[in-house]
Amino acid sequence: MFNLARISGGIHPAGHKDRSAALSIAPLPLAPRLFLPLRQHAGAEALPLVRPGDRVLKGELLAASPSEVSAPIHAPTSGRILDLGPIPAPHPSGLTVNGYVLEVDGDERWIDLDAPADPFAVAPTELANRVAAAGVVGLGGAIFPAAVKLKQGTRHEIKTVLVNGSECEPYLTCDDRLMRERAEAVVDGARLIQHILRAYSIVIAIEDNKPAALAAMRAAAEPYGAIEVVAVPALYPMGSAKQLIREVTGREVPAGGRSTDVGVLVHNVGTVYAIQQALRHGRPLISRVVTVAGSCVTNPRNVEALIGTPIQALFDACGGLSKTPRQLIMGGPMMGTVLPSYEVPVIKGATGLLALDAHELPRAEASPCIRCARCVDACPMGLTPLEMAAHTRAEDLDGAMQAGLRDCILCGCCSYVCPSHIPLVRYFQYATGKADERRSASRKMEHIKQMTEARAARLAEEEAAKAAAKAAKKRKAAKPADEVES
Amino acid sequence: MSLQSVVGGPFAHDRSSVDRIMLHVCLALTPATAWGLYLFGWPAINLWLLTCASALATEALCLYLNGHPQRRLLDGSALLTGWLLALSLPPWAPWWIAVGGAAFAIGIGKHLYGGVGQNIFNPAMLARVALLIAFPLQMTTWALPNPLGSAAAPDFFEGLAITFAGAPLADGLTGATALGHLQTELTLSRAVPEILAEFSWLDAFLGRTPGSLGETAELLILLGGLWLLALRIIHWEIPLAMLATVLVLALVAQQVNPGRYPSGLFHWLSGGLLLGAFFIATDPVTSPITRGGRLLFGLGCGAVAFVIRSWGSFPEGVAFAVLFMNALTPLIDRYWRPRAYGRNGRGNPLVPAKWTAQVKEVDKV
Repeated sequence: MFNLARISGGIHPAGHKDRSAALSIAPLPLAPRLFLPLRQHAGAEALPLVRPGDRVLKGELLAASPSEVSAPIHAPTSGRILDLGPIPAPHPSGLTVNGYVLEVDGDERWIDLDAPADPFAVAPTELANRVAAAGVVGLGGAIFPAAVKLKQGTRHEIKTVLVNGSECEPYLTCDDRLMRERAEAVVDGARLIQHILRAYSIVIAIEDNKPAALAAMRAAAEPYGAIEVVAVPALYPMGSAKQLIREVTGREVPAGGRSTDVGVLVHNVGTVYAIQQALRHGRPLISRVVTVAGSCVTNPRNVEALIGTPIQALFDACGGLSKTPRQLIMGGPMMGTVLPSYEVPVIKGATGLLALDAHELPRAEASPCIRCARCVDACPMGLTPLEMAAHTRAEDLDGAMQAGLRDCILCGCCSYVCPSHIPLVRYFQYATGKADERRSASRKMEHIKQMTEARAARLAEEEAAKAAAKAAKKRKAAKPADEVES
Repeated sequence: MSLQSVVGGPFAHDRSSVDRIMLHVCLALTPATAWGLYLFGWPAINLWLLTCASALATEALCLYLNGHPQRRLLDGSALLTGWLLALSLPPWAPWWIAVGGAAFAIGIGKHLYGGVGQNIFNPAMLARVALLIAFPLQMTTWALPNPLGSAAAPDFFEGLAITFAGAPLADGLTGATALGHLQTELTLSRAVPEILAEFSWLDAFLGRTPGSLGETAELLILLGGLWLLALRIIHWEIPLAMLATVLVLALVAQQVNPGRYPSGLFHWLSGGLLLGAFFIATDPVTSPITRGGRLLFGLGCGAVAFVIRSWGSFPEGVAFAVLFMNALTPLIDRYWRPRAYGRNGRGNPLVPAKWTAQVKEVDKV
């Protein structure tokens, strides 16, 4: 496809994908205990429904979503709830989060699953609700509840369902293997999403460094019309929705807008697969494919892990660690987060687990910026990272926003190319956090102001009513009006 | 267990570093420098060593005074500044020009502004211009190229005498640069074709003409510059815009009055235009950060250099042109910004298509 609106910027990091992409997805032996955080998604924490001591079946609902933007949590296998309380969180802080501890009984007894015989005959809204009930979130790492996006079909005209199989992060191959091994299910899922959104076409975009996945998806899409499998250039961050939309459709999502503003909805292939499982088989999201890689892993490969499995079990399944890693990372090396220990569980958004050695990591110390503008060339959003960093360092949030922070997608291209090793992304994470804080503080202030004004108005009203009543009483009693009123 | 070394991402890097960039620029300068040192002999070698050493010494002192770590000395930026300054000096200049110039470049041109990356003006050019204005005689005494080992070349001890003792230069050993010669002759109302009749284009291209230590070897400078372009260490916009501007302006001027203005090729092959275009104007610290900005910057450098060469009182204008455009760099960066994704050129969000907000027929209740 000839396309003048190629994405600008971007980088070509070393892939490191060969070893894990070569092996098929392996099942994982059951871990003795699973740890299930109540919040594995964007939005509010799920509300716990079962108590410690309760026996649960595989796929049973453990915690319900309290609002639209949230997702329920299901039991990944059968067993007994040991505890509901603080468990180690997959977060660099090493702090704990609320969650269930599930003692696995090893029986793998499923709860009764209920799935429509022909989902294409079911109303789209009903299907979207089923996806919501299955706890499906964006499995590409964004962990945004999938159903919220599916309900956009009733609000916007969606022309294209864009299935994101680009997988541009180095090391990660979970989507690659999924597309190779379960291509039919992914295509089926894409067609179900098309049905829910009443979209006109499906585009499955895969980076051209995955020829096997491209071939498998082309073969699976063959029998159906209106499905296009396109190869996009291997360039980080092609997997970012905005960049992929520009590459595939030539349109740009307006700043501050959503993909639906250009008639496109993007879902990651892992999410599409999970949606298919939920709608065809009624299975909630209780497992996911995780890439275990990095030079400290003996046999890097993809495993299908139950949500809640401690990451140590995943490393063990890949032959263990050949040496002590310098850094454990959940996700890809570009946008992933540091893990504090081997006890943290796999969560819904865990695309990969990386055990990296010192030689794979960047140098730690930074030197002054020499304004070489490589970050400007690399930025896929057309921003000026060096200026954003300068404003952030001076705590000038408005200046940083104006210089481009408001459009930053935190992809890390600027840090990757910086010859001074300046941690630009960390500046921007800090500044976006600050900006959020400031926004919520000002919203709170606004709220308090409104409440105060409302109270003052109400008091004044009451006062006036009282005064009026008093006056009326006085008039009634026909007393002289020289008494003090206050 | 503690794994913490880097707390935030990304956990990957392209392995570039500032010292490697500086090292590559120095390597690109090496052929032209070696050729210059060979042509101008021992005094030039003394001058080059002295300038680089003084730049490093000043850098070390300034780092100490500013409380910066001494390991920044290894980033190569001070060495490069000293090196570029040496290349722009008359090859037989006395020692105090080298030491004073390097101290001025590093101390005032760079550290007074806050050190590496903070200076507004190119330190080497700042020092060169300061020296030119303060010491016009020493800065315009040009030795003729007498290669090492040739009969007229000073030996090691004569070289020391020239650099350190201020030994007077014999008349036969000095001459005028091509640009200086042209300007002098033009004031005697001779026509350009007549003046340039004895001008050897090949010697100018190979650097066998009087001039600054490293500015004359145009061929080697061009090769070094193209190598840096191929490595993507410098951006192509500034050299291209600067050289093209001079060429076009010279072409127009020559068409208007061939007796008064030399050709664009003469401009390219004389003075510091090529060195300036590839190595000095491309200094990242003092040039704009966007592609359009760099094109504008290069265009300005070329235009100002041409104007000074053609109508100014100095025969050479590249250093002034670069400094002038350096001063405009913050302004260019402020107004010449890249277009952000999802926004128009003015920074306002693109407007979503109307039809996307429409609800499909089937969903209408």
